[in-house]
Amino acid sequence: MKKKTAEVLPGDKAFFPVIIDDKKCSGCNRCVEVCPVDVFAANPKKGAPPLVLFPGECWQEGSCVDACPRRGAIRWQRLPTQRVRCRRKETGEDFFV
Amino acid sequence: MSAGKIKWPYPVEWDKTETVEADVLVLGGGAAGCFAAIGAAQKGGKVVLVEKGATIASGAAGSGCDHWESAAANPCSRISPEELTETMIRTFGGYNNGISHYIECREGYDRLLDIEKMGGKVRDTDDEFKGADFRDEKTKLLFAYDYFNRFTIRVWGTTFKPALARQCRRSGVRIFDRVMATGLLTERGERGAKVAGATAIHARTGKFIIFKAKAVILCTSRPTRLWLFSPEQPGISEFRPFPCSGDGHAMAWLAGAEFTMMEKSVKGEWSGLRSFPPYSTGNNHNTWYAANMVDARGRQLPWVDRDGRTIEKFSDRFRPSAGQRLYLKGGGEPYLNVYDVIGPDTLPVDELLKRGYELPFYADLTSLPEAERKIIWGMMVGQEGKTKIPILRAYTDAGFDPAKDLIQSYGDGWKSGAFLPQERQLFGLPGGLVNNWNLMTNVEGLFAAGDTLFASNCFGHAAATGHYAGRHAAAFAKKAEAAGLDENQIAEERQRVYAPIGRKSSVDWRQLNTAVTRIMQNYCGAFKSEELLTTGLNMLKDLRQREAMQLSVHNPHELMRAIEVLNIMTNAELVMEAGRARKASSRELDFVRLDFPQTDPPEWKKFVTIKQGASGIETGSRSLDYYGLLTNNYEKHNKGL
Repeated sequence: MKKKTAEVLPGDKAFFPVIIDDKKCSGCNRCVEVCPVDVFAANPKKGAPPLVLFPGECWQEGSCVDACPRRGAIRWQRLPTQRVRCRRKETGEDFFV
Repeated sequence: MSAGKIKWPYPVEWDKTETVEADVLVLGGGAAGCFAAIGAAQKGGKVVLVEKGATIASGAAGSGCDHWESAAANPCSRISPEELTETMIRTFGGYNNGISHYIECREGYDRLLDIEKMGGKVRDTDDEFKGADFRDEKTKLLFAYDYFNRFTIRVWGTTFKPALARQCRRSGVRIFDRVMATGLLTERGERGAKVAGATAIHARTGKFIIFKAKAVILCTSRPTRLWLFSPEQPGISEFRPFPCSGDGHAMAWLAGAEFTMMEKSVKGEWSGLRSFPPYSTGNNHNTWYAANMVDARGRQLPWVDRDGRTIEKFSDRFRPSAGQRLYLKGGGEPYLNVYDVIGPDTLPVDELLKRGYELPFYADLTSLPEAERKIIWGMMVGQEGKTKIPILRAYTDAGFDPAKDLIQSYGDGWKSGAFLPQERQLFGLPGGLVNNWNLMTNVEGLFAAGDTLFASNCFGHAAATGHYAGRHAAAFAKKAEAAGLDENQIAEERQRVYAPIGRKSSVDWRQLNTAVTRIMQNYCGAFKSEELLTTGLNMLKDLRQREAMQLSVHNPHELMRAIEVLNIMTNAELVMEAGRARKASSRELDFVRLDFPQTDPPEWKKFVTIKQGASGIETGSRSLDYYGLLTNNYEKHNKGL
């Protein structure tokens, strides 16, 4: 018989493009339910922000941010490997998004 | 998140089994799967849909889609479904799915109207683009690329999947989200016999689920992660969503279904290993068609037509060139490089450098007519999958203003990355299941739609073939007797899928996936031969007998990933066996056999088919025009449907 327990081992050190603001998050878990990859899990503590269990598997499409009813509770951050150079045409000034 | 182990937050149900009965079982809840379920439910009967992720956002178009291709039946189109299908077949030298693309051209627009009824946005109802060159004022439809022929429609695709998921529920479809199908069940457990259902595991609890059905529709993705895998960021290894691992191909291959064109692969076009997020850098193709491009000194890059004549007028980027009937897209798609259908493009990079243009190049939306700027940045970039949050919102928050700022181009076109010849991908009409005019496979009761079909492509194709397969599967189920389940087949499958649980070894699914891509790059790369492919197959077998037997998981989610990689191994085997079966090189299939260097000799201009029979692998062939007369056959097979 297989063992009856399951666990998540630490070690997924991937960049994760999503930042959760613990103060703004109401723990509604809409991000958990919409994620096509199942990166998150609902926090066993009711009302607490979701657990991020598998950050490296994120497809980086942003469904979680889009589904969040509180703007700013969950934000997108560009990964350092994916920053793109922009240039203000009039001034020639560069900036990176 | 804590640094130590986390107790699994869901109930663990490795020891539980549930049995579910249906008339029609749909595997995969993307665009094709939702439409298959809706189409089947409209014909009556019990419909069950099984989706590994969340139906509301899953599938290749789960998070959006900015244009709907091949809508030849829309009221503004100047191309008939027949002419467009025939053009698409000709463009690929005959290596195309005449049946599925005729269904796409003929029914695709009806599916778009269905989506509109469900609450999706398909036309400019807010009059944002009133008076624009690409807008039809009467219908408020917005067109892309060829504004004269008007068969590609710009759409607000982020509204589509939520609407489709809602409609499935309204239609009485029973949805099993977070459930991964693992294997097909067949009558007496025999390979190639009538389909009887499927087995599955719940990806949160690990519960084993047996689905019993009269008809099964495979609506899963094309195979991915065969040559490209990023151990650091596995989620962005491929262009298609991470969970799209081609499970349906693997299950169907093991069940004895027949495939074609699996030998075709192309040099990598997009991977997070090499590329920027899709549509996030400056370019003038696809979603960004037809943006202005400038060089490092601000000089505009010239646009040319298919004959190399300079296009002076901006509006002529959206019209066929002199003497041309239509073009399929703007440039930048290597597989559309056929004179008949080549669209306008900027000059190739090497030619630009020869003429003194300086790198880097930028997209310059600032100098576009306002409606064209707004339709690219704000509508297309915003509605295409992965652009709404990661690009439109993130760039806007970072201060990017399309009316003021240039954005650098990296690499050639939308792809924004360069690949090595052995880094390959199934792209540009790849291989898949062979279908008849009912979209049924050679396995009785097993239907296919969307990316499981050979020569599949976009949302319109997925939607149209999904609905069509749903109707036909429901009609089949009404007449069919349910095949009996074979207890031995179920027991063996349960043992197979649960084997990695609690093993005391340390091989994880990432390591195994990396090993598969190394074998594929080394033995099934840009050049193939009997010697290379046979060695690759032997190495794969060795991997199966050693590391795959030590594959270890700690929770139901990892079990899902582990089974995916076992499927990826099966798909690698399928691709290499298909490569062995075609003993000639082919330009159309991007297929080079060193031991058979002659390209497309007449005796090999055919679909080579491959399946697993009772005594091993069986190859066969079909003529490139096996679909016969499009209109006649469509009408013959759709009476009352």
